[in-house]
Amino acid sequence: MPRGAKMKSYDVIVIGAGHNGLTNAAFLAKAGLDVLVVEKNPHIGGAAVSRNLHKDWMYSNCSYVCSLFRPEIYRQLNLAKHGLQVITYNGGFTLTQDGDYIGSYNDPEIMRREIYRHSPVDVDAYDRFKTDISKWCRFIRPMLLRTPPDPTSFKFRDLDELRFLARKFLDLGPRDLHDFMKFFTISVADYLDQYFTSDLIKAHKAGSGIIGTGLGPMSPGSAYVMLHHYMGDVDGSVGAWGFARGGMGAVSNALAGALQEHGGEIRTNAGVEQITVKNGTVTGVVLDSGEEISAKRVVSNLDAKRTFLGLMDPKDAGEKVVKAAKNFKIRGSSGKLNIALNGIPEFPALPKGSDLIQGDFHIIDSLERMERAYDDWKAGRWSKDPYVDALMPSLTDPTMAPEGKHFLSVFVQYCPPKVEGKDWTDDQVQAFGDTVINQLAKYSPNLKDLIEHVEIRTPREIESEVGLTEGNIFQGELTLDQLLFNRPFPGYAQYRGPVQGMYMCGSATHPGGGVMAAPGANAAREILMDLKLGNTVPEDEGDD
Amino acid sequence: MTKAYDIIIAGGGHNGLVCAAYLAKAGKKVLVLEKNDIVGGAAITKEVFPGKSVSLCAQFLHQFNTRIADDLKLSEFGLEFIDTDCRTSLLSNDGRHLTVSFDGQVEGDVAEDEVKAFQILITRLQEFSETLGFLADIPPIDIFDPDMQDKLSALKLGWKLRFGLGAEKMSDFLRIVGMNIYDLINEELEDDRLKALLSVDSVLGTHAGPRSPGTILTYLYRQIGGGKGRTLVPKGGMGAVSKAIAASAQAKGADILTGMHVREVLIDNCRVVGLRTSCGTVYNAPIVVSNADPKTTVFDMVGSRHFEADFVHRINTIRMRGNSCKLHLSLNSIPEFSGLGSEALAGRVVIADSADYVENSFNPAKYNEWSSSPVIEFSIPTLNDPHLAENGHVLSATIQYAPYSLKGGWTDEAKEAFKNICIDTLSRFAPSLKDSIEQSLLLTPVDLENEIGMQGGNWHHGEFTLDQMLMMRPVPLASRYALPLDGLFLCGAGAHPGGGVMGSAGRNAANAILRGDKS
Repeated sequence: MPRGAKMKSYDVIVIGAGHNGLTNAAFLAKAGLDVLVVEKNPHIGGAAVSRNLHKDWMYSNCSYVCSLFRPEIYRQLNLAKHGLQVITYNGGFTLTQDGDYIGSYNDPEIMRREIYRHSPVDVDAYDRFKTDISKWCRFIRPMLLRTPPDPTSFKFRDLDELRFLARKFLDLGPRDLHDFMKFFTISVADYLDQYFTSDLIKAHKAGSGIIGTGLGPMSPGSAYVMLHHYMGDVDGSVGAWGFARGGMGAVSNALAGALQEHGGEIRTNAGVEQITVKNGTVTGVVLDSGEEISAKRVVSNLDAKRTFLGLMDPKDAGEKVVKAAKNFKIRGSSGKLNIALNGIPEFPALPKGSDLIQGDFHIIDSLERMERAYDDWKAGRWSKDPYVDALMPSLTDPTMAPEGKHFLSVFVQYCPPKVEGKDWTDDQVQAFGDTVINQLAKYSPNLKDLIEHVEIRTPREIESEVGLTEGNIFQGELTLDQLLFNRPFPGYAQYRGPVQGMYMCGSATHPGGGVMAAPGANAAREILMDLKLGNTVPEDEGDD
Repeated sequence: MTKAYDIIIAGGGHNGLVCAAYLAKAGKKVLVLEKNDIVGGAAITKEVFPGKSVSLCAQFLHQFNTRIADDLKLSEFGLEFIDTDCRTSLLSNDGRHLTVSFDGQVEGDVAEDEVKAFQILITRLQEFSETLGFLADIPPIDIFDPDMQDKLSALKLGWKLRFGLGAEKMSDFLRIVGMNIYDLINEELEDDRLKALLSVDSVLGTHAGPRSPGTILTYLYRQIGGGKGRTLVPKGGMGAVSKAIAASAQAKGADILTGMHVREVLIDNCRVVGLRTSCGTVYNAPIVVSNADPKTTVFDMVGSRHFEADFVHRINTIRMRGNSCKLHLSLNSIPEFSGLGSEALAGRVVIADSADYVENSFNPAKYNEWSSSPVIEFSIPTLNDPHLAENGHVLSATIQYAPYSLKGGWTDEAKEAFKNICIDTLSRFAPSLKDSIEQSLLLTPVDLENEIGMQGGNWHHGEFTLDQMLMMRPVPLASRYALPLDGLFLCGAGAHPGGGVMGSAGRNAANAILRGDKS
């Protein structure tokens, strides 16, 4: 029983106000539960934040674009009413070392011409590629808002879910199953080899296979990571990406709005020290301040390592879970630079006045360069010739920077959690930032002159600020051994923890990372099921 | 006047011979045509230096199929083993070498706890291999159009996983099956040398490093078979295995002709009618079985025009990258490997002292460059099997990584340079080695392709990965040995279950032919 007797007791406490924690809490509150979200930072949002870190600039300083967010959740929680507006962006390009570029265009005819300019034989392949990708996105999307079955269980529900999956795969037929297995298991390089001959076109497409991942484009499994980045949509356009107006914090703010609308509470500056357990049942949490708050249920939005190794007594978690949590793979592989610019940088390779600059641009023109960047990471160094996914949301969303000025978000692959096994030093963080800026400046001569402020984030900064162990942006690597019923580990993929009343709702659970909100929603559905309350969480609505 | 045959097998590799033996045993008139002068494909003993004959390519038996050996009575046809529990020694840069046996007994300075952890790990993996092993002896289960046998096999598999292993181990299996070996060994082990050993065993013959997902699967595959993880060394080299199978086939009435290169498969009215050799001889038969890899079969022997486009596209995109070279050194004396007895040299010796060494050695292969610090697996087979050499010895090594599509190509200069890298790597542990070398022979993946015929120099006729196994090997709708052309079958490593000197593909193909299967 709680020692602070006067303290209010909640139905549910959610630890961490990341987008999944907020989603989870909002659905629970909507079902009538008394919910409290506790957040260690002074601001909410986790990795989906907009932060005013320099003058009048607004930085989406972690996640920076939106696509994976499940439209069913957007509708169900009425996020439009709470101010979330996602704007599709167009364009995007990859710059080549010999001063050329390849652009991305929405207009299929222009896109065909662009492919033709670089590799006439790849024009038809491009159409085939797009068709196939859409097919696999549509195949996998209905699985996102479902709880993975336990393949060893004989419960009706698990058997039924296994039957659902088996049916889905059998419906594919032998050839499509082969294609799916390829997409699910091979490297993005091998996958693209089936379509394209031009190394530039492959490099232009392969970035999605490595972003956030401790795999190279030539590592088996990276094709799935590409699919993971394609399966979202903006306004019903599958695979499209957009900006949340006002930065990624707008997603979190809208979710918080939905939560509060249904009577949920949020407390910031309230880090959790421990999840308390009595007689195998959760009793609440103890905050950093020593304050105890009691609750019948506790949901952790933190990753599996932080949850089980950090917040739980090993005796409560149990030997098996502690071992599984230790073995959970969560190596960070990405860094980020957030840059305030005094104007639009020039890219001499692009035609004057080109719209392509409104999209994301990349500075790696071959798979070999990308893979070598990965070799650096494997050896514990940041890439000397890094891959970047850079963009200026302020060109589309004027609320991000003062008039005429711009916010440049530079996502960098690869950046190790430790440098050759040792913690990052400040000098190394600076050197990493310089490497990236120099890389960009090779293609944009006036970039350095326009820079007003730079925030450099390595996995060290991401871990200490956002709380993601080793700075892994997906809360756990997206490899076969950590997907579906293996996420975060076997036996615990149905959002329930090892003690009664304890749950997980972060990206460390199915279907994984990205600002998708599916793990939070799925966890809420499981909790409501345990409470025998009506479901407020959307299942797959077959919106395709 | 040619004899009438029921079935002709193009290629006398060990799988082709096994297939022939089973078919002949069932009373079929079978002819095997082999382009080289001796049968065996990659499992041959050849006079590589005057008076010295050793296994040219494959050297150790890892997946010996006792069932086939019994069915074909191979011991009656002369198959003997020099060693049935060949141990592996690992050379470490710091001189702390290890010798390990199949069941995890370790000789060398390794902490007791660590040895125990190592044994637990390999027992755990061995159990998975044993659970799945039966799949190699049956055709891939057709989940889309199952017959009674498929349904029973699927049930058996489910039963073995769920009740044979139990829920806990089944979950463990489902977690690790798609993983890389590097992460698993780092979960369980501390010792770099033991990690190196498991890494090497997971990547030999593949286009993968220990950090590539899928390398646990390749390790499990290597451990299947009646040997339960044992490594066997046949007396007289690997050729003795092929010879015994050939003798068994011949005793049952199969004809085997060597020096006969199959030029093309003859087709009339959309079905196979026979084949023509490069010297123009035509052999007729209603069934032709190819022991060649799927690409060679479809593109070189039959011609892609006889198949539908989707099938051809899938065959064309089979990944079969070879990365292994074979190096033979003729020695006038036994070189001294510091800290390693001659008993160990007769067994299997591995050069790689950490998992990172193996991974770093793989890195250049991704860019079509060779490793400057290669992984080496070698042996001096003449030590235990003195009949192989009239005098002196031969050191035979498998070297990885040396990619088939080397940048700039495998010119004579390139071969010489890489050979020196290999000899230097060996000499680090045996300074006197260079003085005892009389002659040397390096076979690159390109040479292996030319000599033995497997495209890309890939031992497995197609990389062994999740999307290229079971009912997807070589490609869907052609995984049960019958290719989509009436009368044409595949019996080599490109078919299920895959490579390794095992013979299962040959046996399964024979069964499919006898059943009258069609694609």
